[in-house]
Amino acid sequence: MSERARETGVTMTAEGTELPANALVVAENVHKNFGRLEVLKGIDLQVRRGEVMCIIGPSGSGKSTFLRCINHLEKLTAGRLWVNGELMGYRQKRGRLYELRDNEIALQRSDIGMVFQRFNLFPHLSALGNIIEAPMQVKRKSRSEAVAKARELLERVGLPDKADAYPDQLSGGQQQRVAIARALAMEPSLMLFDEPTSALDPELVGEVLDVMRDLAEGGMTMVVVTHEMGFAREVGDSLVFMDDGVVVESGSPAEVLSDPRHERTQAFLSKVL
Amino acid sequence: MSSQTEPVNGPGSPEPAPQGGRPAEPVTAVPVRYPERWVAAGFVLVLAAMFVHMLFTNTAFNWPFMFDHMFSEPVVRGVWITLSATVLSMIIGVILGIVLAVMRLSGNPVLVTVSWLYTWFFRGVPRLVLAVLFGNLAILYTTIEIGLPFDNYWMPWLGLDGDARFFEIDARTMLSGYTAGLLALSLSEGAYMAEIIRAGLQSVNKGQTEAAQALGMSRGRTLRRITLPQAMRVVIPPTGNETIAMLKDTALLAYVPVTIELFYQLQAIGARTYQIFPMLVAACLWYLAITSVLMVGQYFIERRFNPGQYGSIRDRIVGGAHR
Repeated sequence: MSERARETGVTMTAEGTELPANALVVAENVHKNFGRLEVLKGIDLQVRRGEVMCIIGPSGSGKSTFLRCINHLEKLTAGRLWVNGELMGYRQKRGRLYELRDNEIALQRSDIGMVFQRFNLFPHLSALGNIIEAPMQVKRKSRSEAVAKARELLERVGLPDKADAYPDQLSGGQQQRVAIARALAMEPSLMLFDEPTSALDPELVGEVLDVMRDLAEGGMTMVVVTHEMGFAREVGDSLVFMDDGVVVESGSPAEVLSDPRHERTQAFLSKVL
Repeated sequence: MSSQTEPVNGPGSPEPAPQGGRPAEPVTAVPVRYPERWVAAGFVLVLAAMFVHMLFTNTAFNWPFMFDHMFSEPVVRGVWITLSATVLSMIIGVILGIVLAVMRLSGNPVLVTVSWLYTWFFRGVPRLVLAVLFGNLAILYTTIEIGLPFDNYWMPWLGLDGDARFFEIDARTMLSGYTAGLLALSLSEGAYMAEIIRAGLQSVNKGQTEAAQALGMSRGRTLRRITLPQAMRVVIPPTGNETIAMLKDTALLAYVPVTIELFYQLQAIGARTYQIFPMLVAACLWYLAITSVLMVGQYFIERRFNPGQYGSIRDRIVGGAHR
């Protein structure tokens, strides 16, 4: 943080936009259309460094799409999105936006970990192979360095003996924990979770949530799209309720969950709680 | 609902004992009989006996003559030519196929169009026609020159003498029979392989690409490290097919003409000695033998790219052990 940022609480991006200094993610009026379908209708959100933000909402509300906008897996139709003070996917020069090249976007993404609902582990690589792939290919780490880090991460997610197992040989919960280790191997400053426990058998949900809880306690900034209200309440610093492409309500999890102000939030919570 | 199932062991009653542990009588039943299988077997056996009888009694086979000439020096050389043409054209074809498939899926409109046009042409023209066409390319170009294009127009226009050509090859040497035939087969194979590899690449789940991108891998790296290796699994069986088809299509080289090729040699002996049929049988046997060897090779390559982690093919089709 610069001297000026510390004094004013504001930081200046490369193209001259002033952003709150402690915000890691800043979304400004984010719109996303798929053809004629409007999925996001203007999302304004900020995620502070070290914050765990949970996003809840009915299916089709656009929460996953918003998450995918953060690491530019989806291009915004309108609006701006910054991560770490960098405009995602574009460069702004003299008021004009220039699309970034593929490798520039890849570089931006390498600082953002993502965990998917369906794990998306690489089936042709072992657990260890999955974890060391990106550090070796993208960060050009040596094999021994990447392997040492991978073993440490497997230990951390509770799978020290599964290094040589292939995804097919692991349970859903184990696969998801390997996927989390794979994302962490890139040492990201932000982790995105897209319904990480929705594809799991009920008895396997806990082991994944435990890993995420540890991660949150370690100070990781996290944005979690989830249906796990218990997790949101205990671990989350903030809770966002989305419906029909807009943020309907946000605040502390306790506030939103026990005393929802908006009718739509109340209706949704009455169904899931 | 639970209130209806609970009274069996209501509150206060002891825990229900887990099921199992009782002695069981193994199922013994008379299996279904299939008498028609025996009828079919008898029928086929009689047909096979008639066929073998004919092989030994019909003098037109002239087995001693066939075995004498099947391993003669020009024929064995023909086998090597056929094998080398198969292997080389498949290697070139696969490389071309990968390039064309990636072009086709690149999203770059120029590359997509070029790839489409290529596939359209080389799939549209019969291989036999291509073989003869390439055998006669020397009519079109007597020399093949590498240099800057349209130099005969712009060099004089700039007031320069001479040409902008760096080296030249006599087309009649370069496009001699074997090279011309190999070129025809390779280029044609590239078009078919492009479609096979494209199908393979498209069969890889979109989540794989997204996971790789989310890790900060560029598109090229994602293709090389994640998508292509997974596509291989789908690509190998049809590529084995293509290799076997290619082995047989090398017989088309006879029309380029490539006189040292296997089928040409066998036919030549047959025509010279009026022993047409034995030499045709020899051709069948040679192609069958080489195909069998290639099939063994395919088995091992499939196993290499389809190792334990996917479960056996049987598991995947009939239902896996892991899932």
